[in-house]
Amino acid sequence: MPHGILVVAEQMDGKFRKVTYEITSQGRRMADAAGEPLTAAVVGAGVESIAGQLASFGADKVLVVDDPGLAEGTPESYAAAIFQVIKANEPKIVLFGATVQGKDLAPRLAARLDAGLAMDCTEIRLEGDRLVAVRPIFGGKVLAEVAVESSPKLAAIRPNVVEIEENLKEGQIEKMDVELPAAQTQLIEKRVEPSGQVDLTEADTVVSGGRGMGGADFSIIEELARSLGGAVGASRSAVDEGWRPHSDQVGQTGKVVTPSLYIACGISGAIQHLAGMASSKYIVAINKDPEAPIFKKADYGIVDDLYKVVPAITAEVKKLKE
Amino acid sequence: MEIVVLLKQVPDTETNVQIDDDNAGIKTSDVKWVINPYDELAVEEALRIKEAQGGDGKVTILSAGTERVVEAIRTGLAMGADEGVLIQDPAVESSDGLGVAKILAAALKDISYDLIIAGHRAVDDDGYLVPAAVAELVGIPHVSMVVDETIQDGKLRCERTVDGGTVIMEADLPALFTTQRGINDPRYASLPGIMKAKKKPLQTRSLTDIGVDANQVGAEGAKCSIQRLSFPPERAPGQIISGETPEEKAAELVRRLREEAKVI
Repeated sequence: MPHGILVVAEQMDGKFRKVTYEITSQGRRMADAAGEPLTAAVVGAGVESIAGQLASFGADKVLVVDDPGLAEGTPESYAAAIFQVIKANEPKIVLFGATVQGKDLAPRLAARLDAGLAMDCTEIRLEGDRLVAVRPIFGGKVLAEVAVESSPKLAAIRPNVVEIEENLKEGQIEKMDVELPAAQTQLIEKRVEPSGQVDLTEADTVVSGGRGMGGADFSIIEELARSLGGAVGASRSAVDEGWRPHSDQVGQTGKVVTPSLYIACGISGAIQHLAGMASSKYIVAINKDPEAPIFKKADYGIVDDLYKVVPAITAEVKKLKE
Repeated sequence: MEIVVLLKQVPDTETNVQIDDDNAGIKTSDVKWVINPYDELAVEEALRIKEAQGGDGKVTILSAGTERVVEAIRTGLAMGADEGVLIQDPAVESSDGLGVAKILAAALKDISYDLIIAGHRAVDDDGYLVPAAVAELVGIPHVSMVVDETIQDGKLRCERTVDGGTVIMEADLPALFTTQRGINDPRYASLPGIMKAKKKPLQTRSLTDIGVDANQVGAEGAKCSIQRLSFPPERAPGQIISGETPEEKAAELVRRLREEAKVI
């Protein structure tokens, strides 16, 4: 009989991603509500030493698959390992973080398990035997309440939307071996920028620049983001102009972000951009055009030249931190 | 090289989406329908691969949906694709992502291909599911969110987006990859292209034709189904920060973010 909730942990360079603590905490709350046990699966190479951390966030059991064959971290090998973990444990529910990795893994597993998947959820709960989730669609213009009915039920939770709660459990660690199939895809090279940068989708503060920047020099945006410990984003126009990489784009055809604070600088507020940031907790807009649509979505607006205002904000923030 | 592009027709991203009266779908009357922007990248990439090989081979566009989707396929043909296949059935609209993947995978049994390309997600349901599920169901390797690729000696080499950067991956053909913004700038359909597209083969097939049991897909087969649509809560009207100078405004903003909003 399927039972329990399984969360799939995500780690990078020997550290769990923040979203892993979020989904483990959420898994604990759902497990308590349903009277089910919570298991966390930690899959990778050299991950055994960090596995125990998840007991502090409510995992009754931590399943560790530590296999040198997973060192390259190809989605294919991870999917194979997690598939075997799910088959061996038969959980009712499997939770992922809706990160780049989660968005690659969860669909593969949905197909292999012939299971329903609610992707990129912002709310999730159990209603009897159904998993009910709210997921933004049309880049956040509309919220869809969906029900997953299959065995198991899969859901990927958007980073930054569910609360992290410490909840110390025994967290018994259990090792599991998997058989990795012959690889169909090979990792040739990693071009990952030095760590220390905050990922846009997980950042608590995002400072974005748009057409009003007038050029590729985003140094004032970067400095403000740095002073707030946040990440830099951009509007579609700024990306189309070639001022910023595509990976910085916030909007319906870019990344959807949900930080506590979103600062839009020189962004007029096209529908497709608003869709990607409107669920931020607080929105600040800085634009010299008082008629810019972005002001309708902003909690605080400043009508002025961003090249004067943004450095002044950075200076004020630095004063606070002194 | 025979390439299949998986294409979805979606509302233009500038659409002001309206929810229908039973809160189960969107009003389609005023919608401008376009090729999913990521699938447009997939069509373009397929054409570039074909052109790089001296124009040898074939680009087939595969889609599922209602008759309306013909227009999107024709647009792809006008860009330069060779053939179109539409799996037309009302059950497609009520299928979940896995159902659509099953339909496309079944249709692929009758199409020969070395490579499948799709957008990494559709900008309407943001499900991220269909391409990966198709690759799983037909049993070929899959690389997602690709920003650059080359094909050599029967191998696909891709640069794929990951958190914090990119990685280079290699897979044996046949394989499937999904496109991410940055891979190319899609061409516009030219007038001669549009004229030619009218004469290109576009085949319409039913679920029965491709051997899919309608009960396994559609609303009945769906494992993830929409219960209700709603709009996100409206944001309360904001305040414009006043001040004589940019410095004054900046100081007042920071004070409010700290004292009222408590976010810094």
